[in-house]
Formats: sequence, structure tokens, C-alpha cells
Amino acid sequence: MSAPVSRFEAPTEVEAAVALLAGEDGARVLSGGTDLLVQMRLGAGAPALFVDVKRIPRLSAVQLDSSGLKIGAAVSAAEIYENDSIRSLWPGLAHATDLIGSSQIQGRATWSGNLCNASPAADSVPALIACNATAVIAGPKGERRVAVEEFTTGPGQTVLERGEFVVEFEVPAPAPHASDAYERLIPRTEMDIAVVGVGVAMELDGAGAVASARVVLGAVAPTAIRVPDAEVALVGSRLEEAALDAAAAASTAAANPIDDKRGTVAYRKKIAGVLTKRVAKTAYARAQSR
Amino acid sequence: MAKIRVETTINGDAAEFLCAGHQSLLEVLRDDLGMTGTKEGCTTGDCGACSVVVDGRLVPSCLVLAAEAEGRTVDTIEGVADGQKLTAVQQQFLEHGALQCGICTPGFIVAAEKLLEKNPDPTEEEARYYLAGNLCRCTGYDKIIRAVLDAAAVMREEPA
Repeated sequence: MSAPVSRFEAPTEVEAAVALLAGEDGARVLSGGTDLLVQMRLGAGAPALFVDVKRIPRLSAVQLDSSGLKIGAAVSAAEIYENDSIRSLWPGLAHATDLIGSSQIQGRATWSGNLCNASPAADSVPALIACNATAVIAGPKGERRVAVEEFTTGPGQTVLERGEFVVEFEVPAPAPHASDAYERLIPRTEMDIAVVGVGVAMELDGAGAVASARVVLGAVAPTAIRVPDAEVALVGSRLEEAALDAAAAASTAAANPIDDKRGTVAYRKKIAGVLTKRVAKTAYARAQSR
Repeated sequence: MAKIRVETTINGDAAEFLCAGHQSLLEVLRDDLGMTGTKEGCTTGDCGACSVVVDGRLVPSCLVLAAEAEGRTVDTIEGVADGQKLTAVQQQFLEHGALQCGICTPGFIVAAEKLLEKNPDPTEEEARYYLAGNLCRCTGYDKIIRAVLDAAAVMREEPA
């Protein structure tokens, strides 16, 4: 194998990064590198140009106010998880972020990388969708905002066009009696890829019934998917058994997984239902206590 | 292709090197700077043998490009001990015999130092989770975890 030859640029402005990314086929965004550099080692070859976006101040900024969170796309998973405000406002999203890889990987990995790598099993993605997060994308035509829910179009496929990259995420503040949760099933206790992941966010009304809910499944379809039927089943309930059973059945029905070494189709569909119940209960209890 | 000139700080000392764009920090530390304490295991971020601290963050140096180190601070296993004086973590690894072949040890020590900086009194479970990204194929981990927990105890008893 001939020595790979890559150039490296670390622009400090969004426009400069866009110009570099748009200017060359082989340019790749480097933020944490925990997917990009692994793919390079595993034979994908070195890109012609690395564009390290971590020197752009906006990509490392964390801004939290009453409207919610605006957070740079290059903020590491470790920094997100260590942020007490983020953990308390979005406990499920923080937990999902903490599940990504090891302590070392978390020092590098980012939400944007997890999203743009577009693995169906990405842990942070169902949690971001449950929390109604939006990705802010910069590109040659300016900026646009895309709901995380709409961002991934298939395994390894996203809405990003040439020259575009994610600069930040916006996560709206949860309502007073609202919260979220995320859990995944893995055969080990740590350091593994989700067989099924479920994110749920819900808001309660003044009487303690579910006013609105978002139920999202990961690792059981080409992309993370919302389950509208499970959401409908939960709304209006106080998570009585019948509502939970209906939500679980909806998740099992919506799951469209593949058979692979991590789980069969039947197992994944069943677990999608089991986890939907469990995660809904956690989100409900958290929403009650807020 | 012109190499990239990088000025950085390694273990508190100014350092300068030339690298290619694709080269990892691990590669430059070991092959160009002669700092072979940081070990190469998997090169895909799975094993923790190459753990270093960049700008205060524990990271796998195989998944950091050397060029990224420009202007940053890098701390490696070579900077852990104070001259000949071992840290409590290093001392407890010796006393527990918490190593056999030794390849994983520098990564474990760098990670354990960071764990105890963040959490001076970890439970066994917390220590095991924090160190889950450091793989050891010899010891079965038990002596390593005991060494880390005992080091934490030693560090807590020391006067500030």
C-alpha cells in the first residue's frame, strides 16, 4: 500500500471550512475522528484533505438559556455529559451521550459525528429526536436548519450536500412537567453497539396525564424512527398497563430490523416493545418530578 | 507534499515536530519523538493502550491526528511520575502486581489518574465503568481495579 497523503486544515471560521469542503471531492470533516479515523484504518483510505472544525469558536460554544440549548457540533460527549444543566434538563439525552464508547472515545466523540456517521444504531440520535433537536447546517448557500428526525436518510446517508457540515444543535427547553429517557439493549454491560435503542420524551398536563409524547426507536430500521402509534397510545394516559401494552405493540409493529450477529428480527421487534414500556416509565417518572 | 509543522506542549515542555496530515498523534509520539511509553494496541480506539490527555481530556491518541496538537497541551505516561517519585496509582500497580505483559499498563495509569482527578472516591463499579475502554488480556482486571481503588484511598488520606 502506498503511503496515504492527506492535507490538513484547521480553519477558524465557518465560511473557510465551507470553502475547503466545497472545493474538493476528497475533503472530510474531522471533529472527534472516532468514526472517520477508524474507517481510514480499516481500509477506507486517508481522505485527500482533513478539515478540522474544532478551531471554529462556534463549534465549541455551549449556550443555555430559557429557550433551550444551542451547542457547537464539535463539543465532546464527555463535555456534554459533565454539564450539570444538560444532565438535569435532558437526562435521557445525556445518558445516551454517555453510552457512546469508552471514556477515551467520549473525550473525542461528538453528536455531529454520531449523526453524520448515520449508523442506524447511533445512541445519541434517537435521544436527540425524542428531544426534538435541530441540526444547524452551514454550506455554500448559507445556513439551513434540519430536524435531526429528518437528517439521516439511510445507513451512512444524510441530507448533507457537498460543502455542507453541521455547525451546531438546538434543543428546545423541556416544558415544566416534561422529561426524557433513553435506554438500549446490549449483550454486555458497556462498550457495545445497541441491539435496540429507545428514546422517549413526554410532557404531562396539570392532572398528571401525558399531554404529548415522542417515541423513537434506534437500531431496528435503516434510520432511527419515530413511532406515531406508540405516541398516540401514551397520550391521555397515566401509563396504565393498557396504554403501555398498546405503545409496546406499536413499537414492535414499527420495528423493521435486520437479522445480524447482534440480534434476530423477532428478538429485536420484541425488545423494541419491552424497552418502549421501560423507557416510557422512566420518562414519565422524571416528568412527574420536575 | 510538504509536512506540517506543529508546535505543542508535551508534559509541560514545548515540543515541535513535522508530520503528514494523516499521521496520528500516537505515531508521532512513538516514532518521531521517541516517547514509547504510550502503546499501540488496536489503532481503532477500542483498547485504550494509547491513552493520553489532550487539553485535559482523556483521549485515544490513535484517533487524534498529530496536526491537531498544534497549540494544545499533551500529557503522556512519561509525564505522570514526578521524576523518580511514583504517583500513588503507579505505586499501587506495583504493590498489587497489577500487570503482566505491561502493554496495557501505561494506558490504564493515564486513565486511572484522570478518573481519580475527577472522582477521588470511586466505587468499584464506577472505576470499572470508567476504565472499560482499557483492555487487558492478562490480569483479569481484578488486581488493576484493586490498585486503582487503593490508590484512591492513599490519595484521599494525604494532606492537601
